[in-house]
Amino acid sequence: MTSRETILQRVRAGLGRSAGQTVPDPPAVRIQVAEVDKETKIASLLARVEALAGRAVRAATPAEACEIVREVLGKRSAVASNAPYLEECGVTGLPGVRCGITDREELRKACAAADVGITSADYALADTGTLVMLSSPHEARLISLLPPTHVAVIPASRILSGLDELFTILPEPAAVTSSMVLITGPSRTADIEQILVRGVHGPGEITIVVVG
Amino acid sequence: MSLEFDSKIHKTLADARLQQAIYTATGRFKDARLKVVAQDVLPEYQELRAQANALKKHTIDHLDHYLEQFQSQVEAHGGKVVFCQDAAAVADFVLTLAKERGARLIVKSKSMTTEEIDLNERLEHHGLEAVETDFGEYILQLARERPYHIVAPALHKTRYDVAEIFEQRLHIANETVIEKQAAIARAALREKFLAADIGISGANFLVADSGAVVIVENEGNARLATSAPRTHIAIAGIEKLIPRAQDLATFLKLLARSATGQPLSVYTSFLSGPRREGEIDGPDEFYVVLLDNGRTRLLENPARRQSLYCIRCGACLNACPVYRKIGGHSFPWVYSGPIGAILTPQFMGAAHEPGLPFASSLCGACAEVCPVKIDIPKVLLELRADAPHNRWESLAFRVFAWLMRHPRAYELAGRVAASLVSSEGVRWIRSAPGLLNFGPIRAWLAERDLPPPPAHTFRELWRRR
Repeated sequence: MTSRETILQRVRAGLGRSAGQTVPDPPAVRIQVAEVDKETKIASLLARVEALAGRAVRAATPAEACEIVREVLGKRSAVASNAPYLEECGVTGLPGVRCGITDREELRKACAAADVGITSADYALADTGTLVMLSSPHEARLISLLPPTHVAVIPASRILSGLDELFTILPEPAAVTSSMVLITGPSRTADIEQILVRGVHGPGEITIVVVG
Repeated sequence: MSLEFDSKIHKTLADARLQQAIYTATGRFKDARLKVVAQDVLPEYQELRAQANALKKHTIDHLDHYLEQFQSQVEAHGGKVVFCQDAAAVADFVLTLAKERGARLIVKSKSMTTEEIDLNERLEHHGLEAVETDFGEYILQLARERPYHIVAPALHKTRYDVAEIFEQRLHIANETVIEKQAAIARAALREKFLAADIGISGANFLVADSGAVVIVENEGNARLATSAPRTHIAIAGIEKLIPRAQDLATFLKLLARSATGQPLSVYTSFLSGPRREGEIDGPDEFYVVLLDNGRTRLLENPARRQSLYCIRCGACLNACPVYRKIGGHSFPWVYSGPIGAILTPQFMGAAHEPGLPFASSLCGACAEVCPVKIDIPKVLLELRADAPHNRWESLAFRVFAWLMRHPRAYELAGRVAASLVSSEGVRWIRSAPGLLNFGPIRAWLAERDLPPPPAHTFRELWRRR
């Protein structure tokens, strides 16, 4: 008997069930989407990110967003994701910004060397100050992870009220991506003496630019 | 109680610095949790707990179905599921895979399940390098110690301890600034992440309808371990299943709040299968190891089955007056605190540490903070009933039971007992007098003081009323 069969058999014996026995429906999903207007959501997102020691800025136009990113970058080197929205804003054209990488090894080297990773995000959650990033040809995983600073540029229309709205819009994330990551503030640890240290593995600095 | 358990407890109690460290850290976690579950901050808190409990109950009660669904969903997304009965089976699987892939270096993110099966030691024994990458776990691996706390593994270490460990193991002298210590770990581990062939993670949840592994963390090391290497292996107990991705709307609101007092942890990764066509990075191979290791033994007894609802938030440790005094390393196995007191005897057998279910005042603080509403005191009582009782103890309780059923005899026994302890002018009885100063009574009073018996019993007062 394989380990799989042994374990399933033990589970069934313990529960008093037989193979293929029907299962009642699980308790109904508990999701309550709050109705929150756009301005409130933006204000909440900005406040939450700031409370987490991230930086959150609002830009009226894509061009203004691009200027904010230019300022954040200063003279630092950056890798930008292939998100169409970054190109729309003109961020990919900024000096020192590498973009358009589609090869894994090349991307890994670029991210390991860059000072800043620039991405967009699929959604943001207003009540927790969270970015939601789905892995795709447009967004790689390492850009928001390896460089010590992460800058994300998102249109205000992608801000959701919170987790409940996210799982309403995206009831099955696995249907669209192999990786969905929620990012809530800069990387942190408090493992020694509960002293907070930022950027222990992921980016210690995060700037979110909300456009619109 | 074993001599080892007893001596570890006394050692911890005698260490003033350690007492302070445990008390401060657990106190901070407690306060942080209270702030984010308060009625005005999270009015739905109690409803979320009830929902989480109902979901866990349903899943565990039909675990065979959800295991099968999970497996077929992982496979549908190009991953593989490996069922393992015990520690040796997990090590065998990882070793065989490492050999096939020519892998030598493994990066690991924090996982209580892999602690449970001593995976690192087993892999190192066969010449593999397995590196813990969580900051606290990295320090503990250098110091060759077990985690002190489910959520804060290095809770007992100060910056000076870390400096000493770094000096001995990394030959970096005199670095006592925590930020710089973290930077040293970051730099050392960054190289490992980029060079590693395999990343091993645990799982906070396994989502049956998605075939997904959910990992919650604050540092980013779990993201690195599951994104950078070509192979990702997630190792999880079979009880980690939840039915649907949408149920995360319930569990994610509870986990970080209960653990560290954060509304959400910094990183929540929802991973299903290897990278897909067009995705630029991520692993090429995705394995989920489902571990039994004693878990199926718990299923038979419906009252004890709830032990498997645990989502490892650590809130019961912080709330427990016993844990806050005796600390994590006094406990006989990797799981400490109230949850450890119910998991250890059930996973390892009661003989592993017979005194463990008794190391509790049954105050119920653990049940009150548990986000999935495990009735830990009830399970403790169940486990106490299992413990072997010696002849004298059984006799004593039989006598007591008889007295309780016979009011006159009870009253007489009360008077006799009161007359044996002369109590005039005494505020506390600190040791047993004369005839009573023997065996268990002596031992009991050695650690406790007793208020003297009142001049008149309740029955006397009642009659005189």
